Amino acid sequence: MAFPLTFGLDTFGDKTNDADGQPLSHAQTIRNLVEEGVYADELGLDFFGIGEHHTDDWPLSAADVVLGAIAARTKHIHLGSAVTVLSSDDPVRVFQRYSTLNAISGGRAEVVLGRGSSIDSFPLFGYDLADYETLFEEKVNLFAELMKGGPVTWQGSTRAALLKQDVVPHVESGPFPVWIGVGGSPQSVVRAAHYGFNLMLAIIGGNPSRFAPFSRLFEQALAKFEQPVRPIGVHGPGHVAATDEQAREEFWPYYLDVFRRIGKIRGFATPTKEQFLHEAGPHGALYIGSPETVAQKIATYLPALHANRFDLKYGMGGLSHETLMANIELYATKVVPRVRELLASQS
Amino acid sequence: MQVGRIAVLGAGHSGPVMARVAVEAGFHVSIAASGDPEKIALITEVLVPGAEPRWAAEAVADADIVVLAIPLHRFEAFDPALVAGKLVIDAMNYWPEVNGYLDAFEPRRESSSEIVQGKLDRSTIVKSLNHIGYHELAEDRRPAGSPERRALGVAGDDRGAVDVVADLIERIGYDAVRLDSLSAGRLLEPGGPVFGVSLHRTEFEAAVHAAAR
Repeated sequence: MAFPLTFGLDTFGDKTNDADGQPLSHAQTIRNLVEEGVYADELGLDFFGIGEHHTDDWPLSAADVVLGAIAARTKHIHLGSAVTVLSSDDPVRVFQRYSTLNAISGGRAEVVLGRGSSIDSFPLFGYDLADYETLFEEKVNLFAELMKGGPVTWQGSTRAALLKQDVVPHVESGPFPVWIGVGGSPQSVVRAAHYGFNLMLAIIGGNPSRFAPFSRLFEQALAKFEQPVRPIGVHGPGHVAATDEQAREEFWPYYLDVFRRIGKIRGFATPTKEQFLHEAGPHGALYIGSPETVAQKIATYLPALHANRFDLKYGMGGLSHETLMANIELYATKVVPRVRELLASQS
Repeated sequence: MQVGRIAVLGAGHSGPVMARVAVEAGFHVSIAASGDPEKIALITEVLVPGAEPRWAAEAVADADIVVLAIPLHRFEAFDPALVAGKLVIDAMNYWPEVNGYLDAFEPRRESSSEIVQGKLDRSTIVKSLNHIGYHELAEDRRPAGSPERRALGVAGDDRGAVDVVADLIERIGYDAVRLDSLSAGRLLEPGGPVFGVSLHRTEFEAAVHAAAR
């Protein structure tokens, strides 16, 4: 494998409940999230990412501020987005915020650019979803220019042109990692390769191995564009507890509740327990179970997807902070070492 | 009619998957995006081996069935002349909560496919392939007679066209459940009883009949 294996956590900062099942405020949820990031660093994880959302369930609209707080209290862990909704943001501001995070953290910033599955930021910031492709394409293009460092000259239809513009803060020691988060668009895979960005596969339903052709597409596109080989990562939702049964039973009621409510809004059917168990099983997208079960699953799909990075997307609206901390501990102390062991014995 | 050639318009999330299952069912498949086929050559080679990337007009010209799998917000700028005289599968969805609101599809008095038919008035529209996730379309295929075989709806005003599309659906690995009008295609839309739900034929028929009452 061309790149070292790395293991991270992603979260959307779901609103949490207290131990008695009462919902906590957004403010307390965010303070807890800082503790979760600090704990992930203490336990030696490689990455902690926060996904931008703008709803009551996911109040993490300013993820980079939270990352800055975590950066100030940690030494080793890399910090980034999961994802930054670039299309409804200004690439100059995204660069400035993550370059600032990079400065605070001593070079530990990463940014994952994508659409995400929510569209709330578009009306909020006055963008039309019908312009999505143009917005993303142009803004990724500008972001790539910004990452080169030095004065930027750029012209497009989605923001003001830049003429030899110095954008600060400058990065200290080379560009920080940029990933494109891809949920199913082959054009996004090719685009990531074109700019020489890393590929993050967001696999939230179905058999993860169906994304293997995307990894091949990425590798071939990199070769076509004469770009060096780049890392491939997997973002997979899950939950770890002492036993398979405990993990499923902890997660299922909140999963059901969240997906029932999203389904009502978006017009899809509420998932059944049978579907949930399938997704949590060996052929589904959810990494739910005991440390051994989750480790086996990760160790199966990382090589299948030619990936060297796995980010467990943990949390589900309503789960308590205490349950999430237990999940983080098991992931870092049991799952990750076991995956390393399994993959070492394979090679 | 013996269907042999299929043109898939759209190389986004769903187009390549639809093209792939058609290739593997033995059809001759072309795939086209909005411009130069060179731009989708690599995507086609890796994701849809066996399909031919072409200009849209060329792909459509000799196709027996055209599968329209572009984002619906691009449909406003779609040229009806491109598919005049063709049987077109409308695999698109009006899904404002996920993809944003479009004036042309509001207020929702008609099914989205009736609005598509209204614009593509020289084509024959059949609604299908819209209510199964693009990530499931390849995975959930099963041979005829398999107890696990999933059903997909086929809705249209033209009975002959519905039969042709139903045959395609059966050949790619699903049981086809016919709905006798584009208006009834509403039952296949987001918020409907079968959208994104994996059902066997009898369950599917029961679900659409219950919702139609």
